[in-house]
Amino acid sequence: MPDAEATPKQYLRFSRLNRVLHIIMIVSFMSLALTGMTLKFSYTAWAGILSRIFGGYESAGYIHRFAAVLMFGIFTAHITDVVRMKRREKRTWRSIIFGPDSMMFNKKDLHDFTGSIKWFFHQGPRPKFGRWTYWEKFDYFAVFWGIAVIGFTGLMLWFPEIFTLVIPGWFLNVATIIHSDEALLAVGFIFTVHFFNTHLRPEKFPMDIVVFTGRMDIEELKEDKPVEYETHQQNGTLGQHLVEPYQPIVIRAVKVFGWTALTLGFSIVVWIIYAMLFAYR
Amino acid sequence: MRSVPVDPNLLRLPTPRGGVGISQFFGVLSLLIVMAGVILPGRAQAQENSDCLTCHEDRSQQGHRKGKVISVFVDAVKFAGSAHASLSCVSCHADLEGKELPHEEDLKPVDCGTCHATEQALHAKSLHGMAIARGDELAPHCSDCHGKHDILPVKNKNSPVYPLNIPFLCGKCHQEGTPVQKARVIHQDHILENFSESIHGEGLLKKGLIVAPNCASCHTAHSILPHTDPASSIARKNIAKTCTACHAMIEVVHRKVIKGALWEKEAHVLPACVDCHQPHKIRKVFYDQGMADKDCMRCHANEGLKASSDGRPLFVLADDVAHSRHAKIACSQCHAGVNASHVRPCETITQKVDCSSCHAEVGQQYQKSKHGQLQAANDANAPTCKECHGTHTVKGKTDPLSATFPTKVPLLCARCHREGNKAAVRYTGSQHQIIERYAESIHGQGLTKSGLTVTAMCTSCHTAHSILPTSDSLSSVNPRNLPSTCGRCHHGVEEQFEKSVHSVNMTKTDKPLPVCNDCHTAHTITRADAQGFKLKLMQQCGRCHEEIAKTYFDTYHGKVSQLGYTKTAKCYDCHGAHDILKVTDPQSHLSRENVVQTCQKCHEGATRRFAGYLTHATHHDPAKYPFLFWTFWGMTSLLIGTFIFGGIHTLLWLPRALQMRREHRLKALQPPPAEEETAPSNDETSATSDTPGDPDA
Repeated sequence: MPDAEATPKQYLRFSRLNRVLHIIMIVSFMSLALTGMTLKFSYTAWAGILSRIFGGYESAGYIHRFAAVLMFGIFTAHITDVVRMKRREKRTWRSIIFGPDSMMFNKKDLHDFTGSIKWFFHQGPRPKFGRWTYWEKFDYFAVFWGIAVIGFTGLMLWFPEIFTLVIPGWFLNVATIIHSDEALLAVGFIFTVHFFNTHLRPEKFPMDIVVFTGRMDIEELKEDKPVEYETHQQNGTLGQHLVEPYQPIVIRAVKVFGWTALTLGFSIVVWIIYAMLFAYR
Repeated sequence: MRSVPVDPNLLRLPTPRGGVGISQFFGVLSLLIVMAGVILPGRAQAQENSDCLTCHEDRSQQGHRKGKVISVFVDAVKFAGSAHASLSCVSCHADLEGKELPHEEDLKPVDCGTCHATEQALHAKSLHGMAIARGDELAPHCSDCHGKHDILPVKNKNSPVYPLNIPFLCGKCHQEGTPVQKARVIHQDHILENFSESIHGEGLLKKGLIVAPNCASCHTAHSILPHTDPASSIARKNIAKTCTACHAMIEVVHRKVIKGALWEKEAHVLPACVDCHQPHKIRKVFYDQGMADKDCMRCHANEGLKASSDGRPLFVLADDVAHSRHAKIACSQCHAGVNASHVRPCETITQKVDCSSCHAEVGQQYQKSKHGQLQAANDANAPTCKECHGTHTVKGKTDPLSATFPTKVPLLCARCHREGNKAAVRYTGSQHQIIERYAESIHGQGLTKSGLTVTAMCTSCHTAHSILPTSDSLSSVNPRNLPSTCGRCHHGVEEQFEKSVHSVNMTKTDKPLPVCNDCHTAHTITRADAQGFKLKLMQQCGRCHEEIAKTYFDTYHGKVSQLGYTKTAKCYDCHGAHDILKVTDPQSHLSRENVVQTCQKCHEGATRRFAGYLTHATHHDPAKYPFLFWTFWGMTSLLIGTFIFGGIHTLLWLPRALQMRREHRLKALQPPPAEEETAPSNDETSATSDTPGDPDA
């Protein structure tokens, strides 16, 4: 603890792999969203312009599929990572899924949620969050669900000749609706709720770069994830997680990337709202 | 018994004659005898010619007709030599039949028709007969030509109707200075004079050939009718027949001008004989006496020559004519109406050049065309032949120097039809910038860039001489006729189209069916494989097939197309372009037999199940597409639900988060070191500790 205060060390929240995966996911998700939305809202002028920026619908289609492959890759890499962690730490699936730092929802999340609601209405203190808050877990599973649903229907539309060996032709129409509306949900949710919860809420405004650097101030950890901090304190494991902060140039680069992603994300939201409100067909 | 009043005139004897008293005496005596003869035996006795001559042989005999004193003398000798010598007087003067002699005056006119019924009927219908019926005093009766009691057989050289005499007979009225010529409308002038100079007149009058034609040979003896009357022997369509009565094989020598067989079959479309060989002026060597080109050029080679009337230049460059299509046509063939007997033969020209005298068929087409209609209405803007074809420089459309050569036609038409020019300014239709658009079109590019003379240009579609507005059912570009017009080149397409649902042959409907230009446009026709065209075409289909187009745009194919890309199924990729058939037709691209194959054009591995994809699906129709409808609303509910949940959560969080931030800042401004340890727990922590008994809400 005194070491931590003496040196400006930071708490390492995300592993290198997870940071890289999140960056790739941003690139992939943005690409998928931009190319996909041009098709979904093809009747708007911005869709036409975007499509041309991507080099035409065919090129946009290739980008979309490439980004989809990236997304599947991220999914696979993450699962592999979890499996390797299990082996490395010699843990059971049960402890991984239902353990204290698990992504899985548990009783605490329910309490945290109800506590939050009370807190919103001045009816109680702000809940003391652990390593993963309930909204972070929600985002995590939303991506899980999204990849499954959008990914599977996307494959159907990618390989209709193969899938119609089994499913009827009209199911492609159904798959189109599911694919496109689920994508709309994912895009809308990430670029509004996720953006706010993670980046835009006043404590973090304008963005939280922890997901890129993996590092956060200990003060921030105390405030944001008090349970995690306390656990480390109790176990005396905090020191294991302290690392040197990044150079300012890295921080600047990360911020440029972050800003780009935020701007793109908001632009897409604005375009979607415009398309739905003023050009809907 | 009726008493016969004795006319004092009948008894009065002409004074100049000798033996007056004796004649008078005998006259009265014979009259008494005749009267006695009539009175005594009643009517039993027939009138002999001699009875009539008793009185009428007297040269001094006079009578009254319509208040005029006339001689009633009948030359018995001439009568005896006449064609009617064997007839009795009452045969003609039928109203005296059985009447007492001497008879009343004011006899009815003799009715030649009693015997000559045919001739009389013809005459009655003729120009002359009609004039009589109208009461025209100048109109000739039978006797005016044939004479009265002295009537001679036609073959008698002394007969006024003997061939050699006919020109003089007719000329009595039809020559300059006569009342008829002065007071009546006769289209020809100097008839007798011209005729006498003509080859016909020469043969008849100078050479005494009685077989040479006289007036009646062409005009007929009794059925003389104006040339405007279709029944007339000189009506345009009958002229060939009239002339060939003598010139039986004339078509043989006119083969270069006219296809012989057409002379009688299609007389109306061919130039009539008189177009080249003017009536009454027919020459043996027609254009060679004072009317040869060199004669014309004596004056017209003068560059300064101007018309005295309006000062327009009359200079003719002989070279122009020599290099023109009409190099072998003489001036006077077009500038008809010249008269060789004048010092200036052209003096007598009254008519403008009439191209249709040779180009009869074209002339008729032109007259029916919009251009011709305007010209007939004396519209100053109406183009005549020369506006397009020029005058002395006229060249065939196959001559690259001609203004009507295919590559030049658009520019020719542009003279009037370019925006702002005289035809374009009065045009009220939907086609604008036609010259510019045509130039950009595939046809225009083919013509100007590729130099293809077979490419469609203005006249290919609009025709050269039968140009009519689209609205005219006879127009080549009227919707009804357009497929066949385009099909003249695009025949294969026309065949497909005529069998398709869009053809009037196949679909009976009140709604307008599309024709070529509805999809391809009229003047902006592009290649069918051009990007722009392919995309525009879908909008065209949607103009009529509104619902089905809308639902198409809800699908992947439609959305890609809508983005402006064509490498996806568009209307015609599945339905066909010109060969669109009902889906129920086994020949249709979308029939059960063909649909999989149609999908396979793009989706190689397509199966029948694959073809079950709904290419016009919409999630807005729960009755037709319940699966899509409920999927859509299921997904939308999920979306709305998630957003409501996330949105409310965020909105509730925001004010608290702001509050947190404010307090944080306050603390940073006044850092109380004592509270360092409990920094994360803010005021709320103490606030909640005030109300600890609230584990859950």
